[in-house]
Amino acid sequence: MSLLLEIVTPEKLAYRDQVDEVLVPGADGQLGILPHHTPLIATLGVGELRIRKGAAEEYFAIVGGFLQVRPDKVVVMAETADLASEIDLERAQQARRDAESALSSAYVEAADVAAARAALDRALVRIRVAERRHREGPRARG
Amino acid sequence: MASQRDIRRRIGAVKNIKQITRAMQFVAASKLKRAQDATLAARPYSEKIDEVIADLATVLSGEDHPLFAKRDGGTRLIVFITTDRGLTGPLNTNAIRFALREVVEHDASGGGLTLVTVGRKGRDAMRRAHVPVEAHFSGFGDRPTFGDVTALARLVTDDFLAGTYSRVDLVFTRFVSTLTQRPTLDRLLPMEPRPDTEGVPGNQFLFEPDPSTVLRQLLPRYVATRIYQAVLENTASEWSSKMVAMKNATENAEELIEDLTLSYNKVRQANITREMTEIASGANAR
Repeated sequence: MSLLLEIVTPEKLAYRDQVDEVLVPGADGQLGILPHHTPLIATLGVGELRIRKGAAEEYFAIVGGFLQVRPDKVVVMAETADLASEIDLERAQQARRDAESALSSAYVEAADVAAARAALDRALVRIRVAERRHREGPRARG
Repeated sequence: MASQRDIRRRIGAVKNIKQITRAMQFVAASKLKRAQDATLAARPYSEKIDEVIADLATVLSGEDHPLFAKRDGGTRLIVFITTDRGLTGPLNTNAIRFALREVVEHDASGGGLTLVTVGRKGRDAMRRAHVPVEAHFSGFGDRPTFGDVTALARLVTDDFLAGTYSRVDLVFTRFVSTLTQRPTLDRLLPMEPRPDTEGVPGNQFLFEPDPSTVLRQLLPRYVATRIYQAVLENTASEWSSKMVAMKNATENAEELIEDLTLSYNKVRQANITREMTEIASGANAR
């Protein structure tokens, strides 16, 4: 028994496949979803989404959105979703530095602070997901 | 009659124009393809959002909730989407005429109206027609991204929640086919949830943390998605209209070149005949 997982973002369908288990970053902590889960609609936070398919695992860095669970199907509606292997680590680190310097400069408006915080969160989760792939890459591929 | 040299110069000029319009036609064709792909790629997300809203509407008993309930009176907001650039055939003219008719009709009914424009052409036209424009967004380019519309979406959402507007409409040019683009008005807010027919009925879902919170977080994304879709459709319309306009321009240039070549040959023939006559009469005179 497997589960159909769809990850959609405003710009594209990012993922669609049968999987065995999904771990998503819920608004208050990780949520693990197996087949035959109770129907659920939840808000998501910023974090790492983990997909288990047999022995293989895949990772997405996702930012904000919603989760709709049906017994045989999970739909993740995220603002952005980047597959670990497609994350540009360099760019994420640059984004992190930009956000940090924006936050530490003396004259920032409230709206900019919120935007910079959000950008920092996004950069951090991308870096985390991308780095995990570097560490665990060979095993996940094997 | 124009001299041979003048006509030759005009033929050269028209040939140059033809080259440019032909290049623009091909550029528009490839950008149209890209815009259509982007529109299709954005569809799954908006369909899912609609589905969740349908689920929420069954739980939040539709008509009572401020986001679903129709309100009478109050100010109406129209978000009017046009292109930044011209040379798009009748696209913007039609959209502007459509929007102005909507504005005039609304004025006659006596309610307040606020206009927000996306795209330079619409703003300029409204300014010329002395219709005040509250806010303006432009520079989304050939490939609008979701990030481009979030500022506009936030403005719309916040003002609607604050009660500034009782109704929000989108006016844009819908892409029907390569040959047909139609100015359209779509209601954005209050929401019109579609019947909850798909999959699990809404009342069987658990909502985490609770339905109102989910709806509150969903709203800005719903608004942004709807605006994004409209902007993408408008972009597809822009390119297909431009492609057709440039195709016509290229064909007109070809026709003009034919006509000019014909009169060039006539003038040339006339000149030769005249010279022949002169030589012959000169020889006869001797």
